[in-house]
Amino acid sequence: MTDYAHPEVLVETDWLSGRVSDPALRIVEVDVDNAAYGLGHIPGAIAWNWTTQLSDSIKRDILSKEELEALLSKSGIKPETTIVLYGDSNNWFAAWAFWQLKIYGHKDVRILNGGRKKWLAEGREVTDETPSFSPTQYKAQEPNLSLRAFLPQVQDALRKNAAALVDVRSPQEFTGEILAPPGLPETCQRGGHIPGARNIPWGKACNDDGTFKSFDELRSLYAGEGVDGSKPTIAYCRIGERSSHTWFVLSYLLGFPNVVNYDGSWTEWGNLVGAPVERRTAVVTGT
Amino acid sequence: MRSEQFQERQIELDGWPVKLISYRIGTKYICQADNVSPGACLARFSADSAEEAESQALSKARHLLSKTKRRAI
Repeated sequence: MTDYAHPEVLVETDWLSGRVSDPALRIVEVDVDNAAYGLGHIPGAIAWNWTTQLSDSIKRDILSKEELEALLSKSGIKPETTIVLYGDSNNWFAAWAFWQLKIYGHKDVRILNGGRKKWLAEGREVTDETPSFSPTQYKAQEPNLSLRAFLPQVQDALRKNAAALVDVRSPQEFTGEILAPPGLPETCQRGGHIPGARNIPWGKACNDDGTFKSFDELRSLYAGEGVDGSKPTIAYCRIGERSSHTWFVLSYLLGFPNVVNYDGSWTEWGNLVGAPVERRTAVVTGT
Repeated sequence: MRSEQFQERQIELDGWPVKLISYRIGTKYICQADNVSPGACLARFSADSAEEAESQALSKARHLLSKTKRRAI
């Protein structure tokens, strides 16, 4: 079996359970909200709220460099700290944090394979105590925006057929049958997908226990839809968190050289006046 | 303290597939309801019994799912 392109970005539950007190590590839980963290979390872990601490709270955007520096400083993180991220929904929001930390150049960021679910399923130790750490004076690098796609870049790629577009939402969102995941608020005016996009739902990259599928399985999954890294790849979803999960898979597990996360995603495209939209495309994806 | 009695099962709630994730931490029973596709959390409750936690999670999930419209395509 072929190893991942960057296996160093994944840690296993066994590995982490022996290191929860390691001062060189900072364990961070990032969920859809912070309620699950309050019920019980990995000892030594802190929580980041993705809506209030990993997004600009005024305009729709990721954190500014200064905001990220403040968050990491408050969390007692230094540039040499190993940050281990985990969360619910198979690490959706942990991947969102990973993506931003890479944009701002943090060197050693890792994801707990299987996330919160696997830790709990294995009956591992949890606590309701929130640790505190001495603040630091973290200095981030200038943002590497080559990891991020903005609307004009996606429009240009569409016009020139210059990129593989990967829509990682559910088939029902992709076809336009529903405008948001079942039970969540509708955040767009139109349903469907960007013309030419391939529908490869994020969850296809995971096993039932929440861990990532093997390199060979992942390569086969994406290659089966014509996504093989031979041209730039743009991942998108509804609000950018599921697509950051796929961005992580394509960039770090498969090692594709040019992958960007279009975090504007369908909440941007599906609200644009005059934007081309495709519907009803048959969905055929690997397993 | 450890997580105990972790279990997952899939049900259908008003026509939508839903995954129920249940476990116990200390004296609290926790139940989370996710939509199966794409896997987003709809509701999470903790209570003194597994039945109560599940009942509350199901109630909120059903309420949220009732707002989702299917469109002809």
